[in-house]
Amino acid sequence: MTQTLVSKERRSRALIREALTRYAPLIILAVGWETASRLDLVSSMTLPSLSAVVRAWIDLVSSGDLIVNGFASLYRTASGLALAIVVGGALGIFMASSRLLDAMLRPLVELFYPMPKSALIPVTVLWLGFGDGSKILLIFLGCMLPVTIGAYNGARGSDRHLVWSARSMGASRLRMIWDVVVPSALPELLNGVRTALALSFILLVSSELIVARQGLGYLIGYLGAGGFYEGMFAVVLTVALAGFAADRFFQALMVRMLRWRA
Amino acid sequence: MNGQPHIVVEAVSHHYRPPVGRAVLALESVSLEVREREFVALLGPSGCGKSTLLYLIGGFLPTETGKILVEGKPVAGPGPDRGIVFQNFALFPWKTVLKNVLYGLERQAMPREEREARAQAFIDLVGLSGFEQSYPSQLSGGMKQRTAIARALAFDPRTLLMDEPFGALDAQTRSLMQSELLAIWEKTRKTVIFVTHDVEEAVFLAERVAVMSARPGRIKAVIDTRFAKSDRDVRRTKPFMDKVEELWSLVREEALKALERRAP
Repeated sequence: MTQTLVSKERRSRALIREALTRYAPLIILAVGWETASRLDLVSSMTLPSLSAVVRAWIDLVSSGDLIVNGFASLYRTASGLALAIVVGGALGIFMASSRLLDAMLRPLVELFYPMPKSALIPVTVLWLGFGDGSKILLIFLGCMLPVTIGAYNGARGSDRHLVWSARSMGASRLRMIWDVVVPSALPELLNGVRTALALSFILLVSSELIVARQGLGYLIGYLGAGGFYEGMFAVVLTVALAGFAADRFFQALMVRMLRWRA
Repeated sequence: MNGQPHIVVEAVSHHYRPPVGRAVLALESVSLEVREREFVALLGPSGCGKSTLLYLIGGFLPTETGKILVEGKPVAGPGPDRGIVFQNFALFPWKTVLKNVLYGLERQAMPREEREARAQAFIDLVGLSGFEQSYPSQLSGGMKQRTAIARALAFDPRTLLMDEPFGALDAQTRSLMQSELLAIWEKTRKTVIFVTHDVEEAVFLAERVAVMSARPGRIKAVIDTRFAKSDRDVRRTKPFMDKVEELWSLVREEALKALERRAP
């Protein structure tokens, strides 16, 4: 009895110690930031104090600005990413499954993959205007190829004995692709999605900074241009934390989806 | 011989084409007839093309020269009339034991309850009751191969193709699985084509053994291996050991050829 209590206590102490090590740099950074601006080591024009930024954040939330623009951005990223995952994933799987498609599409993929997608910002605006459409198209185009390449490499690695097993049990070719090639490709496909997730944030904010009337990127530009630096920093921090949270969430999802790998 | 001709292989030759380099003749003019409900072993040294022959019968590779008939019809591709068990188990790692066994049944029109009852019956048959919800990565090699056998039997193919199914198992498990396979075969009476390089395994399991030559693979001899095998210690009986010796003398020469070819 006492022994289990002791070990439980020891375990929780170890957990606390681990959390402290992990988050200590963040705490030090926050404390350093606050002291630097309190002691006027940096001017509040260059870097407003953390407490001022937090106050501005609360204001932005209660006024609804952060919420409205946040949802606009969320809608764009989610739509663009969803399209990129479905189309990009399917493209990679079918390229890996058909020699003809592979031969036809590989040069295109190889040509567009290294291209900086931010170069497409004016192009998508020209096509679809200032609203959601151009952002969604940009995120879709920019995020598709990492997913395609992950799906392609994963699918190419599928075990031919698994393919044959499914076929011998009466699965049609398409059915087999869905049941065998797609799950075989999943680990690498999901890694591609993770890269795409990070890219989507970059493309979202840069396109909204340049041409938009809504969204977090727009809000950063708007507050900065108006001299509301506390607010600008509050939105920048929000974007950073949202990206971090999205990646953490996605990693947890990956672990769940790949549980069978043990 | 019991039953009608079920599988006919006639003058089949096959080239192995590596991604780079020249094509290699893997099989040369192979002919073989397998009767319905018969257990035939394909025995030969590694690289003799015995697995290639099995894959051709399975329809996984296209027949180039000669013809292969299953129930009178040329093989045009894989189908649920021929179940297959591979050496590496080839279980779907993302599916549980139950889902693996259900896979072939789900491809057939069958009420859900019947499907599940059938899957359970075959899981019980191979002695895996209690492991229905386990993933392949949680099973031992023997249990994985039991799952693969249950999966290949569940959708009721008329033929069972087995590609060195016990080659990856340790000696004790292998010997146990051989006895179990024989019991299962006696219960289900499938036509079985069993690829192996293990002489004792071939004699113990098969009714006939087709001995193949080193590459290019040809059928060197077909030996009748039917005798009373119900005795638990059959492997130590004189007729068994005589058969093993007879087959060994046929295989030895080919194994040596295959070995020499691999030496630098």
